[in-house]
Amino acid sequence: MQVSRRSFIKGALTGGAVTTAFGFDVRPALAQARELKIARTTETHSICPYCAVACSVIIHTLGDKAHNVTPSVVHVEGDPDSPINRGALCSKGITLRQFVVNDRRLTRPLYRAPGSHEWKTIPWDEALERMARLIKNSRDAGFEEKDAEGRVVNRLTNTAMIGGCTDTNEINYLLGKFRFGLGVVAYENQARL
Amino acid sequence: MIEAFIKAISATPGKPAGVSRRTDTVAKMIDTTTCIGCKACEVACQEWNNQQVTFGNFEGTYQTMPDLAHNFWNLIKFNETESEIGTPLWLMSKYQCMHCVDPGCLKACPAPGAIVQYTNGIVDFNHDACIGCGYCMTGCPFDVPKMNPATNKVHKCTLCTDRVSVGLEPACIKACPTNCLSFGTREDLIRKAEDRVSTLQSDGFRNAGIYNPPGVGGTHVVYVLAHADQPEAYGLPKDPHIPWTVALWKGPLKWIGNVLLIGGILGTFFHYVRYGPQRDE
Repeated sequence: MQVSRRSFIKGALTGGAVTTAFGFDVRPALAQARELKIARTTETHSICPYCAVACSVIIHTLGDKAHNVTPSVVHVEGDPDSPINRGALCSKGITLRQFVVNDRRLTRPLYRAPGSHEWKTIPWDEALERMARLIKNSRDAGFEEKDAEGRVVNRLTNTAMIGGCTDTNEINYLLGKFRFGLGVVAYENQARL
Repeated sequence: MIEAFIKAISATPGKPAGVSRRTDTVAKMIDTTTCIGCKACEVACQEWNNQQVTFGNFEGTYQTMPDLAHNFWNLIKFNETESEIGTPLWLMSKYQCMHCVDPGCLKACPAPGAIVQYTNGIVDFNHDACIGCGYCMTGCPFDVPKMNPATNKVHKCTLCTDRVSVGLEPACIKACPTNCLSFGTREDLIRKAEDRVSTLQSDGFRNAGIYNPPGVGGTHVVYVLAHADQPEAYGLPKDPHIPWTVALWKGPLKWIGNVLLIGGILGTFFHYVRYGPQRDE
């Protein structure tokens, strides 16, 4: 279609006049101005790792678990269904997103050799291998099947175990299982269970 | 879920498209007597709104910041004062946008559509339309809106209108561990606040009361104060009003100006009709 300059200008002016006369209302658009940032996130229930109160949290993750999506935590808030915190969180717990999404978070094991002052990154396999070896060595060296009076004790007193304050209850549960397997007596996790 | 239609819009004469349906209004209630100053609401606000603020130096108080900022919309004030018998009082109060029924910011704003008041009571800024003049900062009796110097846009608490519009409570309300903050319809919360005040009064706080200043038509943030006779002690103005300069400019002066303008145009027209164009004799 050929549009001459004259008819183009005519058309533009008519369109402008019609819009001006009948109005172009932006108000419906305004009412939708803010989108809910957790509208279609995946909700995962978990427990705040910080203190012994163990508040329940909902972790909102980007995407619907489709296999081409790389999920990332976008928001964390309290779980209203929890009888412990009923949706509330403290000023520390509410920052959990920054605990997960953080460029200072360690994702590779660091190793400092005895006597060294340097941390070096080592592969997971090497780290796990070394830890397992050392634990097994000291267990072999110190495991007591019977005490001095001949009673069965199956205990390991040369090793102690401590859980960190940022371990979830699930991790602490597994640590407990692990400890029973080894026979460790001196056991503490910071969850004060 | 409480529907939100537009109730008022800045720099736009007349009423917005009429809403015949009844809509409830929402409010926050802040019971300052049970605030423990944990600042969970501050952090919840920052997290929900994806904001990060650079904190200043320690100034001898537990208060996070001396004042609100364009990227810090919710501040717990740690007010230190003395009771009438000379014992120290540590009065916490939550300081954020009050979502006035008669908002001074909206009245002062010259940019069409930059400030919107919804029928549920929320006053929100639309940053696409904001021209960065800062008149809302002058118009606000509570000194809440703050300018971002990098973008020249003014920011403040939105009462989490994105959450409220889908039936969730604001982020600060959800976080509060001591039940000091509550959210609901304004009528319900005022009733709840009255109940709380009568409990406080029977507990010996003779001056307990509600802070819901009538000078700005009431607010959608209602406080319960143990010492309601002296709201200044909580960092709240005693009797806030829209500044008289803004009221005069947006009220009488505007109409006088309009009359003068139209009169001038009409005068010119009739002068031309009566006397015709000026000619060199």
